[in-house]
Amino acid sequence: MLSCKEATRLVSDSLDRKLPFRLLLPLRIHLLLCKFCDRYRKHLLFIREAVRRHPDRVEGHEEPSSPSLSPEARERITRFLTPED
Amino acid sequence: MGPHSLSDPEQWVNQHGDYLFRCALLRMRDPRLAEDVVQETLLAALQGRDRFAGESSERSWLVGILKHKVIDHFRKNSREGPSEDVERLINEQDQSFHGRGGWKRDTTGPKEWTEDPGIILERKEFWDVLKRCVSELPPRMAHVFSLREIDDLSSEEICKALNITATNLWVMLHRARMHLRRCLEINCMGLKAS
Repeated sequence: MLSCKEATRLVSDSLDRKLPFRLLLPLRIHLLLCKFCDRYRKHLLFIREAVRRHPDRVEGHEEPSSPSLSPEARERITRFLTPED
Repeated sequence: MGPHSLSDPEQWVNQHGDYLFRCALLRMRDPRLAEDVVQETLLAALQGRDRFAGESSERSWLVGILKHKVIDHFRKNSREGPSEDVERLINEQDQSFHGRGGWKRDTTGPKEWTEDPGIILERKEFWDVLKRCVSELPPRMAHVFSLREIDDLSSEEICKALNITATNLWVMLHRARMHLRRCLEINCMGLKAS
């Protein structure tokens, strides 16, 4: 019987590769018997779905409180991009 | 030439600087490094602007360059061993299980998330918490998570770009997801005692 610790690793792996049958079967059985790991799997799928559906809300959503370039960096980079006369 | 054209490079910092910065910060965690990458990105864009084909918007073109610069950074620094951040995270996560590898039922076992998923995704709070949770990840883990889940690259593509083994990648993704799940659960999911 897989431990929960092992099962969580396989749940994650199953999002990145096709698990071989010798791992898939014990995982399936574990998930049928363990409500915690079954929830764990649902939660990972939920997070994946959320991020894939709204990538812009994770990276760089515009709002006043979001981190921004420091004034120094802003000035330095602008200088690099401005042609010299 | 596609439907898009480029604006004056002098305007790039104003138009895209903060957006690019946040993109880089999510993946690198360190504001100084993120600023450097934004600078490298815009300089590379300036030098390569003749190659802009106009098939995507100016911003997605710049974001594409930025993502390559971030990958370069992590590939160049790939020989760094595991950082203290990583060890702390792993220790903490291993504490979620008792000696034989089961959840500690009353404390760490995943709870039921009761709220309707459609409603959660509309809540600004959810995204604020998720961003904060990602920002707590060690930089390399935050980066592979972004490549896999935001950019939707395959395992093979990521391993090749970063020159790491598949096992190494899967372990990092596993640790990142475990952190994000727990962090979300503690901070914003409607919980019901099991």
